[in-house]
Amino acid sequence: MSATQTPRQAMPEQEPAVRARNFEEVPLGYTPEMAMAEAGRCLQCKKPACVQGCPVNIDIPGFIKHIAEGELDKAIGKIWERNLLPAICGRVCPQESQCEGNCLLGRKGEPVAIGNLERFAADWEREHHACVLPSSDDATGKKVAVIGSGPSSLTVASDLVLKGHGVTLFEAFHKPGGVLVYGIPEFRLPKDIVAAEVACLESQGVKLESDVVVGRTVTVDELFEQGFDAVYLGVGAGLPKFMKIPGENLVGVLSANEYLTRANLMKAYLFPEVDTPIPRGRRVAVLGGGNVAMDSARTAMRMGAEAVSLIYRRSRDEMPARKAEIHHAEEEGLHFELLTNPVRYVGDDQGRLRAIECVRMELGEVDASGRRRPVAVPGSEFTVECDLAIVAIGSGANPLLPGSTPDLPLNKWGYVIADSNTGKTGKKGVWSGGDIVTGAATVILAMGAGRKAADSIHEYLTWGW
Amino acid sequence: MFTIVAREEMAAGTVILNEILAPSIAAKARPGQFLILKANEKGERIPLTMAETDPEKGTVTVIYMVVGKSTELFKRLKVGETYQDVIGPLGQPTHIEPGKNVICVGGGTGVAVLHPIARGMKQAGCNVTSIIGARNKDLIILEDKMRLASHELHVCTDDGSYGHAGFVTEVLKEKLKDGGVDQVVAIGPVPMMKFVSQMTREFGVPTMVSLNPIMIDGTGMCGGCRVTVGGEIKFGCVDGPEFDGHQVDFDELMLRLKAYAAEERCSHERCACEERGAQ
Repeated sequence: MSATQTPRQAMPEQEPAVRARNFEEVPLGYTPEMAMAEAGRCLQCKKPACVQGCPVNIDIPGFIKHIAEGELDKAIGKIWERNLLPAICGRVCPQESQCEGNCLLGRKGEPVAIGNLERFAADWEREHHACVLPSSDDATGKKVAVIGSGPSSLTVASDLVLKGHGVTLFEAFHKPGGVLVYGIPEFRLPKDIVAAEVACLESQGVKLESDVVVGRTVTVDELFEQGFDAVYLGVGAGLPKFMKIPGENLVGVLSANEYLTRANLMKAYLFPEVDTPIPRGRRVAVLGGGNVAMDSARTAMRMGAEAVSLIYRRSRDEMPARKAEIHHAEEEGLHFELLTNPVRYVGDDQGRLRAIECVRMELGEVDASGRRRPVAVPGSEFTVECDLAIVAIGSGANPLLPGSTPDLPLNKWGYVIADSNTGKTGKKGVWSGGDIVTGAATVILAMGAGRKAADSIHEYLTWGW
Repeated sequence: MFTIVAREEMAAGTVILNEILAPSIAAKARPGQFLILKANEKGERIPLTMAETDPEKGTVTVIYMVVGKSTELFKRLKVGETYQDVIGPLGQPTHIEPGKNVICVGGGTGVAVLHPIARGMKQAGCNVTSIIGARNKDLIILEDKMRLASHELHVCTDDGSYGHAGFVTEVLKEKLKDGGVDQVVAIGPVPMMKFVSQMTREFGVPTMVSLNPIMIDGTGMCGGCRVTVGGEIKFGCVDGPEFDGHQVDFDELMLRLKAYAAEERCSHERCACEERGAQ
């Protein structure tokens, strides 16, 4: 049987009815047999388009060949050459629009399950500890401060420590990982996996200082005074957007940032075993159509909601969420209220949310985003009953760090201006990348920015600005 | 890190002072700013405005009333033990204008936050009259320190067990009637700040209050600490904690502060049960 005819190995998953009520990871992972069978489907293209589609250019055919040949211990080493966070990327990258989206097999049938295989290689290694991490170059004596510990910062840290530089990660929260720990739910990315990948960096020599709010506890200029030679700002977007409609401050209206931080970072779903509470809505409305909206809606189900509606102003085709997440959410019983826009929140006499008044939308002309602009249908107002609303309509640039770094050039929306090839900002010795430069995007794009910045920082530490 | 170097029980054990080793925070902290503290792995992140900082010793001091499980856990920490996490300094420092005629009004543990502000104002050449109050004599804190930080001090108790019998607002009203007041600073329970602000509005005296809304990260990321100020949404953690009392929607703030009342009771009762079970 030729490769194109072999069906793609389906990922074993928890049953929808079961998983919708627990926080365990949804996909269970391939067995070695399944991984080898799936790896056998790879055509080993001479000019692999999948690698072009990967923002960090992992040697995809290379690591897949090792799996196909049963050399599981070699597979992860191949990935580590370009990516020290494979267990995370294998789980949260939008493979369908990157590596797998470019796979030749996908033209006629189903692409190779590259994400599933990356995850398999990482998980297999974590269970067997069979591999030796790449060794660092000789110490250069240079010190780099990396602000934030999300995906772009972790990439910068891993690349620079391998080149022999001293790296310190500064994290404002009490735990490292950024959006990986406060934003992405346990059932999609278990937190012990993030902890293991951060521990792997620490074993490489990266120092971690949590509970440090750069901009408050210490400023960027003070870090230079303390002897750091370069600074990377990977602080994410992190300013919740609200719709600015009446009733937004009612009890029961939360930003997705708040809801997910309570659930993920503070483990509030375990309340009262842990001390941080979280609202348990009976009827929950989630506003938005991206991955954060899906994560919020699926968390609300697991918190015991009777009904969860996702309110999105465009149609299903325009939803920015990963296809797999939309599919998973739908299987778990999420209700889509499409082409619908909230106009005001309605409260009771105790200031608690009772309902959202909405209006139906239709799609008009294509707008600057390349999507058809939603337009309200006059007289189509209706009410969605709910006692919890989670606003997941995106994030803006958090001004805290830029505000304390007066000579750092920003654009008119408050994002840091950085060169897209190098990550260099307009302030000498300072690089930046990820959501604080691009606006809210994906984990792997942030990692791609981190990789470019790390190359540029290394060049600077070696040759000068 | 974050070791408790001094501990004091005030107001008959209902109010606790912790002086905590946190040199990098102490070096930076200014009056009016706050910290977020977390007792242990499973603990909540609790915002508390600093009562004192000592950059030379590298310490910061918080004074808090024991009201729920988290503050109960804080209370149980002994000298030499540590908070797992202390984050700060957060929020905007107090803006002090030199040479003004100021009345500082403090209620309950709010006096702890008011004290460095009153002292700072006195040092800046302001004429400081302070009015502090509590339910009864035992609950009055920092009276001596407030006396030093003020040119004139009035103490009120609701039950009349000490000083003026009645609310701080009664003394304040007399002072406002006398005229010549440039600014009022009011820090304490939300209803007190609300009534003070209502009164000073009548007299047209600018009034600053320090709010303590529910928050998680304290860096503007979660938006949980939203308050309506002058019809606009502000974040208590980065825009505050101090706001113009004439612009704050106190009723909304009170409703939002009660958002987790049921969960807090549950948590506190469980904590009390665990304590009894352990004995």
